[in-house]
Amino acid sequence: MSLHALSTDAPGEVVILSGNEAIARGGLEAGLGYAAAYPGSPSSEVLGSLAPLARDGGFYAEWSTNEKVAIEGAAAASFAGVRAMTVMKADGLNVALDPLTSLAYSGTKGGLVVVVCDDPGAHSSTKEEDTRYLARACHLPLLEPATVEEAKEMTRWAFDLSEAVGLPVFLRSVTRIAHARGSVVLGALRPPPRTARYDLKDRFITLSVFHQVLHQRIAQARARFEQAPFNRCEGPADASRLVIASGPSFTYAREAVRLLGAGDEVRVLKLGTTWPLPEDLLGAQLRGARQVLFLEEIEPFLETEVKSYWAQHAAALGPMTFLGKASGHVAGSGDPGVGELTPEIALRAVGALAGREVALRSEAFARKVEQVKLGELAPRALAFCPGCPHRASFWAIKAALELDGRQGVVLGDIGCYTLGAMQTGYFTLKTVHAMGSGVGLASGFGKLDLLGFTQPVVAVIGDSTFYHAVVPALVNARYNDSPVLVVVLDNATTAMTGHQPHPGTGRHAMGDLAPALPIEAIARGLGLPTEVQDPLQVDETVESVYRLLRTDGAKLLILRSPCVLLPSVKRLRRAAVDTTRCIGEACGCGRFCNRAFSCPALVWDRALERARVDEVLCSGCGVCIDLCPREAIAFQELA
Amino acid sequence: MQPVNLVIAGVGGQGNVVASEILATALAASGYRVSVGETFGASQRGGSVMSHVRGARGETPGPLIPKGLVDIVLGFEPLETLRVTAEYGRETTRVVVNPRPVYPLAVQTGEATYPDPRELIETLGTLAAELTVVEATELAREAGDVRAQNLAMVGALVGTGWLPVQPDAVVRILGERFADEVLRLNREAFRLGLDAVRQRV
Repeated sequence: MSLHALSTDAPGEVVILSGNEAIARGGLEAGLGYAAAYPGSPSSEVLGSLAPLARDGGFYAEWSTNEKVAIEGAAAASFAGVRAMTVMKADGLNVALDPLTSLAYSGTKGGLVVVVCDDPGAHSSTKEEDTRYLARACHLPLLEPATVEEAKEMTRWAFDLSEAVGLPVFLRSVTRIAHARGSVVLGALRPPPRTARYDLKDRFITLSVFHQVLHQRIAQARARFEQAPFNRCEGPADASRLVIASGPSFTYAREAVRLLGAGDEVRVLKLGTTWPLPEDLLGAQLRGARQVLFLEEIEPFLETEVKSYWAQHAAALGPMTFLGKASGHVAGSGDPGVGELTPEIALRAVGALAGREVALRSEAFARKVEQVKLGELAPRALAFCPGCPHRASFWAIKAALELDGRQGVVLGDIGCYTLGAMQTGYFTLKTVHAMGSGVGLASGFGKLDLLGFTQPVVAVIGDSTFYHAVVPALVNARYNDSPVLVVVLDNATTAMTGHQPHPGTGRHAMGDLAPALPIEAIARGLGLPTEVQDPLQVDETVESVYRLLRTDGAKLLILRSPCVLLPSVKRLRRAAVDTTRCIGEACGCGRFCNRAFSCPALVWDRALERARVDEVLCSGCGVCIDLCPREAIAFQELA
Repeated sequence: MQPVNLVIAGVGGQGNVVASEILATALAASGYRVSVGETFGASQRGGSVMSHVRGARGETPGPLIPKGLVDIVLGFEPLETLRVTAEYGRETTRVVVNPRPVYPLAVQTGEATYPDPRELIETLGTLAAELTVVEATELAREAGDVRAQNLAMVGALVGTGWLPVQPDAVVRILGERFADEVLRLNREAFRLGLDAVRQRV
């Protein structure tokens, strides 16, 4: 992260920032006083870049226990007149939705910006959600940046809008903003004022009578959107072919028009304020258009909204054809609303609109590519990192369930350990839903004995997840006496999203130390039998899981071993195959370490016809040493 | 000057993000407006990763390079390099590749076969307008840690002279980005990559 570029007070200087850093910078230029988030890709680096700057910048930054608490903390700051930001991925918005829909009714005071990063294509998510629908459901205004630079400008503007209309304002980012980098012109930094105070004349109450007030506030936001600097049209004003684009799709649309040489025939309307729509501006742009193409991610949201506007004004606007995801003219990787909108999709769609085509590569090259037979190249599935303690944990859970023999069911949720549902986790997880859902499901399965259910159930959770969403489900299982085994894969960090601290780590976002809240203390406080085991000791772990499977009531097993990617975890040794002991295919193990255990560091040496440890990848966890049936793998100390 | 479109192809964990950040900063130092599109998160866990690095005069380009517009592929892993060159390249695309394979899970479990490494490089040679093979993992080992292969590859690319980036600019940027032992390691890996290619030119 370019912390220096982010915190330098040099207005006019051009620096390179990621989209997430640009959003953080937008906050710093707006006098941000309070920032709270729960990590989730692709949103995590917003708070990740704010936190190290907080102390010197005179503002507060927090990794909150979950998104609901994060938004409540930010709302408190807003009520005290402080500018506040909360950041989450789309799934997190679902968690924060209850307080957020209430805040829409009660209104807010200091600017409150809700940054939600959607993940078109689900690069690092389990689902593709479009936040624009939820902004509409909440009745809250939403802005969509098209570039990294605009993400900064919009964030700053969003604070002003929030204060002007007295509502939280959404900034909807997507992966190609959040995890993109781009040149950004810096503005002046604005330190937050030290005047936080709750004025006792203020009341922020959620009551149905405020529903009407909310509609009035949305009308005010709409009026401001008409003049917002984020909507503009490029191309000839009289062109009957119009592209309406939001988010990074706008940059693809612009490039497509250029590559096709269609600049004289096609207009591109860039919309940055997408809910509520600036209707006057939209009406003016639709006039004269006969074919309208929509380029947007994820769902056909603008397409539907604009069509609805047109239906109301059809007499004035005349006949028009709408081309988009809903009409089937702009598809993702299959159906409408699926996958990213790529430059190729934009090029095809704009080409069809303009009746033009362009070949970006020669036919001779295309023929050579055909000979490569791309479809036959080995695919690359996601896998646990070499030395990941989760691989050992899933191996042990699977082995214990086989020993138990009652067809036990393993339930999971979201984190690195979601890969437990795939090959790398031996297809162990049978369900994956929201954070903590595995424990709620386990609690339910555990009560089905009345209905003839005899299988043991195991819920697998992460350490950060434990604090985020598991505690209420654990209380439920314990109080209702559901015989579940909850296994916490405790790797001492929020690993998937980039090692953010959580209440078990003893560290705050701003870097200071705090008394940790150990998982076992909380579990024992709930009266749950709780054990702690190192998963890298495979035999002992199998024994623990097996024994606990055969006890009554709800219980918790913590499998504790740090994420190997943590900077504090040093590589001191690695595994090496003794080629005199490994006898290859003659062993009868069926290349066990390579094919069955499948750590990426255990490769097959085609020349030697023996297993080999890739010394670049091996992290020295030693699990394969315990598992090799011929004891042909041993530690090698590193210099 | 023409816009520059570069893709860095590799496997999660090989240091794509750091390489793209350094190359983008170096392009900006040469006066370009830059844009980088990358994927990280779940894909970090052993999946294919790709960074799109773009530089243009005037308006900042979009975060993704349209297929068929890639000028240079910087490949950290040969199979991924072939995949990306075939999918994103064109007849003028030039390629720098680290020939050391990282085997996919399906190859380990026996469900798929990894192509013969020599044939893989030959196929890549038929697609690339120019191909430079750099044993970057070995150079990184020489520098002190095999994981610095990404900086050895950045050095190799700068050594080809295909990108409007000055070696001194990269050395300076590394100084702003890293400190102590990691800085020493990365600068050494960069220098070894740079020299390895320059000796051939």
